[in-house]
Amino acid sequence: MNLNDYSVTRTTREARIAALIGVVVMAALIAAPWWAGRADMRLLSELFLYLALASLWNLMAGYAGLVSVGQQAFVGLGGYMLFALTMFAGLHPIVAIGLSGVIAAAVSIPVAALLFRLRGAYFAIGTWVMAEVFRLVFAQISALGGGSGSSLPVDIVKSLAASRSGREALSYWLALAAAAGVVAAVYLFLRSRKGLALTAIRDNELAAGSLGIDILRAKFLVYVVTAAMTAMVGGLIFLQKLRISPDAAFSVNDWTAFVIFIVVIGGIGTIEGPIIGTLIFFALRETLADLGTTYLLVLGAVAIVVMLKAPKGVWGFIRNRFDLQLFPLGFRVRFPEKRKGD
Amino acid sequence: MDWLNAIVQGTLLGGLYALFAAGLSLIFGVMRLVNIAHGDLIVLAAYLGLTTTVALGVHPLLALIVVVPAMAAIGYALQRGILNQTLGDDLLPPLLVTFGISVILQNALLEVYTADPQKMNAGALETASFDLGGLTLGWLPVLTMLVAIAVIAGLQWVFYRTPLGRAFRATSDNQDIAQLMGLNKAHVFGLAMALALAVTAIAGLFLGIRTSFDPSIGGGRLIFGFEAVIIGGLGNLWGTLAGGVILGVAQTIGAKIDPGWQLLAGHIVFLLILAVRPNGLFPRVAA
Repeated sequence: MNLNDYSVTRTTREARIAALIGVVVMAALIAAPWWAGRADMRLLSELFLYLALASLWNLMAGYAGLVSVGQQAFVGLGGYMLFALTMFAGLHPIVAIGLSGVIAAAVSIPVAALLFRLRGAYFAIGTWVMAEVFRLVFAQISALGGGSGSSLPVDIVKSLAASRSGREALSYWLALAAAAGVVAAVYLFLRSRKGLALTAIRDNELAAGSLGIDILRAKFLVYVVTAAMTAMVGGLIFLQKLRISPDAAFSVNDWTAFVIFIVVIGGIGTIEGPIIGTLIFFALRETLADLGTTYLLVLGAVAIVVMLKAPKGVWGFIRNRFDLQLFPLGFRVRFPEKRKGD
Repeated sequence: MDWLNAIVQGTLLGGLYALFAAGLSLIFGVMRLVNIAHGDLIVLAAYLGLTTTVALGVHPLLALIVVVPAMAAIGYALQRGILNQTLGDDLLPPLLVTFGISVILQNALLEVYTADPQKMNAGALETASFDLGGLTLGWLPVLTMLVAIAVIAGLQWVFYRTPLGRAFRATSDNQDIAQLMGLNKAHVFGLAMALALAVTAIAGLFLGIRTSFDPSIGGGRLIFGFEAVIIGGLGNLWGTLAGGVILGVAQTIGAKIDPGWQLLAGHIVFLLILAVRPNGLFPRVAA
């Protein structure tokens, strides 16, 4: 047995095939304004934005162990920053969305400094309190419509593109770019040195700490980056809606409950999980939406059953069953051919 | 005088918040579980109280005879049926499962009772008041405060003076050794949740008599209870009462400055205390 017979690889044949399919699907999605109807594009945009939110929440909860039920704080902050920066500072909407990410990162630093004093589950409720504070503060700002909210002025909407179909195509591409960008960013982050540290924290916090990883710093970084990106996605969400109010912007159901269900059902702590979860969530929603509240009852029950019976979600089940990894993160040892049989 | 009045009314409001918080504090103390559905369970108790008063035509306070055992039974079943399976080293399962329960409860209540705000009719008790040194105090807030004190005294007594409390403390200290000493921890946790939801039943009834309620308000009640627990310091029930009072006073003073500031003032005081004393004002155990 010669050590040279072994090789260490990251990518697999399945991952390469998946990447190829991914490229084809991406090309088809980019071309959607030429083949999809108006309603389909709206639905797809919403799907992409949920995928972005879910991937970000997954990075926090699944990797950094920061379970937040208050990410609506940053969704709403991003939405409101889009409105404030375009209406009062006269910025172009896309510039405003980029800047809202910077603002959210700056805001999230003192927020994290405060909330990180709470441990574990109490951190989760603390994030919710913070989101409530944000909601109540924005409800007090009368220039932004106070408690009843405001609409984005027509000339700002028109500054995106002159024609209606042009605007729709642009906002669709922005949503697609957000989803693809977030998934790619999470993937590249997890492949980096910091990402390796984060994966170690996910697997065993005590062991990771004893190997010299600065756990608090890693978590802090993830919190701030996630806040910035969540705010930018929030800006895109309200660029689609064109109307904002404190209750819609800081809704715990829309921006946290659904996102948690997506990640839990899809598979927490994997990159593929949120993608599968988003597809399942939208499939369920499109088929069960007529049932009204019953749909949410079903969703809650499914999430509980998944958490109790298959805590790694749908993707965890597939991965264990077929040894698949579509986004190659881990390294694996390839054994020499002749040893495969024994 | 106006300010004194705000402080006194806020103190009495704190009694209600302490009732919200006591159950939360109890289950965290015994099994380190943070129940995100706690607020929705308070609302569930309010609705059960409403149904009882309407169906039997009794006074809301008499409905306690039905609602307290009903909530205790629900608590025991919930703990043994679902929540015990989530307990362990990992934080995620209990959080996410109670979050799912919260969404289910909210929507089930919406289905059964609709989104219309409801209120329990407690007759003369709602408006009855008496004068004390120039202040007018409502009997209902005073009664709520007295009940909150009695509940917390009762929980203290159960914890430190009864075999059940010994079982709670033993399981809290070390689950495995408690199990070796012949305690069934699944059963002990079931009893703890039953006791917590019995307290929640009282909280829900007083909430429903005091204000109107609808299925969506659970999250807000959870937050008030949680803030009272953290302000008071983890593991200290009398501290929780103090935390409730501080929160109540902050809210009434905030409302006095500007009605839009009521909730915000409460949250800000909570965040300030978190910044200055992260372990709360009266922590029982040094961190």
